[in-house]
Amino acid sequence: MREVVAQFERPVMMYSIGKDSTVLLHLARKAFFPGKIPFPLLHVDTTWKFREMIEFRDRTVADLGIDLIVHSNPDGMAAGINPFDHGSKNYTDIMKTQALKQALEAGCFDAAFGGARRDEEKSRAKERIFSFRDRYHRWDPKNQRPELWDIYNGRVDRGESIRVFPISNWTELDVWQYIHLEEIPIVPLYRSAIRPVVERNGTLIMVDDDRFRFEDGEEPEMRAVRFRTLGCYPLSGAVESTATTLPEIIQEMLLASRSEREGRVIDHDQSGSMEEKKREGYF
Amino acid sequence: MAHASDLIASDIEAYLAEHERKDLLRLLTCGSVDDGKSTLIGRLLHDSEMIYEDHLAVLKAESTTVGSAGDQVDLALLMDGLKAEREQGITIDVAYRYFSTARRKFIIADTPGHEQYTRNMVTGASTCQLAVVLIDARLGVLAQTRRHSYVASLLGIRNVVVAVNKMDLVGWSEERFDEICADYRIFAKGLAQIDPYFLPMSALLGDNVVEPGDNLTWFDGPALMEHLETVDVDVGVDLERLRLPIQMVVRPDLDFRGFAGTVASGVLRPGAEVVALPSGMRSTVERIVTFDGDLEVAGPGRAVTVTLTDEIDLSRGDLLVDVEQAPTRAHEVDAMLVWMDTEELEPGRQYLLQSANGVRNASVTSIRHRVDVDTLEERAATSLGLNDIGRCSISADRELLFDAYGVNRSTGSFVLVDRLSNGTVGAGMIIGAASSWNRQPDAGLLRQASSISQGERSARFGQQPCTVLLTGLTAAGKSTIATALERRLFDRGRAAIRLDGENVRMGISRDLGFSSQERSENLRRVAEVAQLVNNHGLIAIAALVAPKDEVRARARELVGEDRFVEVFVDTPLEVCRERDANGMYEAADRGEIPHFPGVSATYDRPTDMDLRVDTSVQAVDECVDAIMDLLAARGVLHA
Repeated sequence: MREVVAQFERPVMMYSIGKDSTVLLHLARKAFFPGKIPFPLLHVDTTWKFREMIEFRDRTVADLGIDLIVHSNPDGMAAGINPFDHGSKNYTDIMKTQALKQALEAGCFDAAFGGARRDEEKSRAKERIFSFRDRYHRWDPKNQRPELWDIYNGRVDRGESIRVFPISNWTELDVWQYIHLEEIPIVPLYRSAIRPVVERNGTLIMVDDDRFRFEDGEEPEMRAVRFRTLGCYPLSGAVESTATTLPEIIQEMLLASRSEREGRVIDHDQSGSMEEKKREGYF
Repeated sequence: MAHASDLIASDIEAYLAEHERKDLLRLLTCGSVDDGKSTLIGRLLHDSEMIYEDHLAVLKAESTTVGSAGDQVDLALLMDGLKAEREQGITIDVAYRYFSTARRKFIIADTPGHEQYTRNMVTGASTCQLAVVLIDARLGVLAQTRRHSYVASLLGIRNVVVAVNKMDLVGWSEERFDEICADYRIFAKGLAQIDPYFLPMSALLGDNVVEPGDNLTWFDGPALMEHLETVDVDVGVDLERLRLPIQMVVRPDLDFRGFAGTVASGVLRPGAEVVALPSGMRSTVERIVTFDGDLEVAGPGRAVTVTLTDEIDLSRGDLLVDVEQAPTRAHEVDAMLVWMDTEELEPGRQYLLQSANGVRNASVTSIRHRVDVDTLEERAATSLGLNDIGRCSISADRELLFDAYGVNRSTGSFVLVDRLSNGTVGAGMIIGAASSWNRQPDAGLLRQASSISQGERSARFGQQPCTVLLTGLTAAGKSTIATALERRLFDRGRAAIRLDGENVRMGISRDLGFSSQERSENLRRVAEVAQLVNNHGLIAIAALVAPKDEVRARARELVGEDRFVEVFVDTPLEVCRERDANGMYEAADRGEIPHFPGVSATYDRPTDMDLRVDTSVQAVDECVDAIMDLLAARGVLHA
């Protein structure tokens, strides 16, 4: 992180409010202590995030006194793009990928921190820590800069940028353990509570507000659930759980036999889909 | 997913405490497409139960469409991340995988064995402490085995596991295994630092991967997993030399000025005296500041912010070091360079050199040789292409502060960046300060021949030309012997020229100081002059301390073996000290003269000299007699 601040003119930190972002933010506080975090946070708000995420975001930003930029794709909003009518693929492209590009261009940011980890998904295993993006925010997996030792080449021309993944080498367990040891506050949705959900194609979807579209015969049920990953509520699968403390969450994670991204609907459109999204500019 | 630990279910708090204490091993796997490398990694993850069920389900589906393992789940597919590669069936980049056992956390860098991808292996190896080199038991040691082992050694990896895979296909033959080990040992002798662990295995069937299995009962060493869990990886961590490259200055307000960076080596403590480089200013560590409170001590790998007791100038790219062992400073370095770009290296062209010192403009001034990575032979080269490795001199526009890569990876490494494309085009490992010894003369120069032959000169002077180098400590009596020898030769009608170390420093070496590097350059100049003098039929008598064995060997090479006579003036140190009229030793004792051979720098005692004299027991004339006898015996002096 210090390397980025030293090398770039306008860095920004992508803040998704999830556990990885939370760790990233905590690390940034440490890296620049006793100084303030010398860059703003950027939250791409699809307008379909859980309400508790937004509350948590606003509280965190206020507590830490950090600059926050919130951006939603105005074209997508005008067109009423939503995950029910437009399919997860289109919706994600417009409200996340396009929105992110808009925000990065508007801010003229030459470096953007992200919380991605190499252990999450196959295409991410080859990601660099400093990952070059051309002026169209595209990632070219065949033409990545070699990254040796702890020397990071952050040279870019105008309009180009670098995505930076400081916790690339962390595993899901490392992230949870760090949150536990450092006692970092997290969005309550990660902890079990009785929440209204419907079961759809084997996935538990939480009914977070009255925009939820019920299909025929669906009734919200109250179940003890929590989330392993957070995103847009109609696209985030919950797991049945009673884990409320961090050791319980970690225990559950370690004993679980399904990887964390499985709860995400977008990864399953087709195998290799994450890689395609990344080429387009998705984080 | 299940970690092989019952603690998770029974006592998660205890498990977390255990996990917190685990250390991390970063390893590199190298082998070719067909050696079963991806299968091995898949096996490690699978058998340590680190593959999630949903990953496995995708894998099962894919194995039937693109897999090459028949009906079995193709574990290799787990490793090959990118879609295009999966279709080609070849891994083409570095992929990182993560797993942990009860004892350790692991990060595997998987790099392709494919011929074109030396650069990827170098990239993967740069952060690893251990390498697994896979050999197909049917094929034995191949060119690529040598290439992989060489690259691992070049990048400073000491721990190498030589995994002889596919033992099932050679009938689990112990004889075959021994044969391959013997072949490997022969060639590995030429590799620095490599400490191989030989292991027979079958990645496909699992023998000796996680469990020993039933087929290799004749082998009693630990299986791969146990070896990885227990091998000592802290070898080579340097706690002596403090190196803190400054990343940035933290200055939140006027009252606080801290210097942030990650300790590359050595140990930092409040109260310790430190030197800021390049300024050379001294100060004392005041505090080691972190978010979680001040530290009493910070070792290698620790990211810190330090404050100093004095207001001194320090900015990004500078170094904080201990007062005892300073890094080397030079504008030009001698380094191994790995070329990583499709556009070939252009000597003389300006690149950006990025290192712990920040960014400099730099160019490759000469290429000493290219290494053929398959045979380890050194070849002449005028350029380096993609995946080539060569020994080069690189010159920077501002002084570089560094250690040899073999001593310190952080302060001994650099990358070259293309100024136009901004791509990383080369990776370098510094051997030391470059000297003019390696520099090639400009290609356009032509040697002007003389019309006088060596025979004519020899007949005129009654001698064969030669160079006598008198080496030894300060005040050993070198100059005295040189002067007496010159007199003796002159009186006998011979033609000789005396090149005294002190005298040349008043003229052609006026620009040189007394660092090891500058002493080396001084000897080079004297050797060059001696060679010119010899070419004109004259005898050269050189009297210099010449403390380094390596440098003396280069002088011998430059002058020519048959013309070089090395005389070691081996007067004991105490006698030299007594004789020392100029008080040089006392000044060195007081620290006023740094790098003083015999006091604050070493003098390599010659072992292959032509003659040894000792002025504490021999009179000057006796020494000269001995040298004259030697010259006569060598046929230098005609009767």
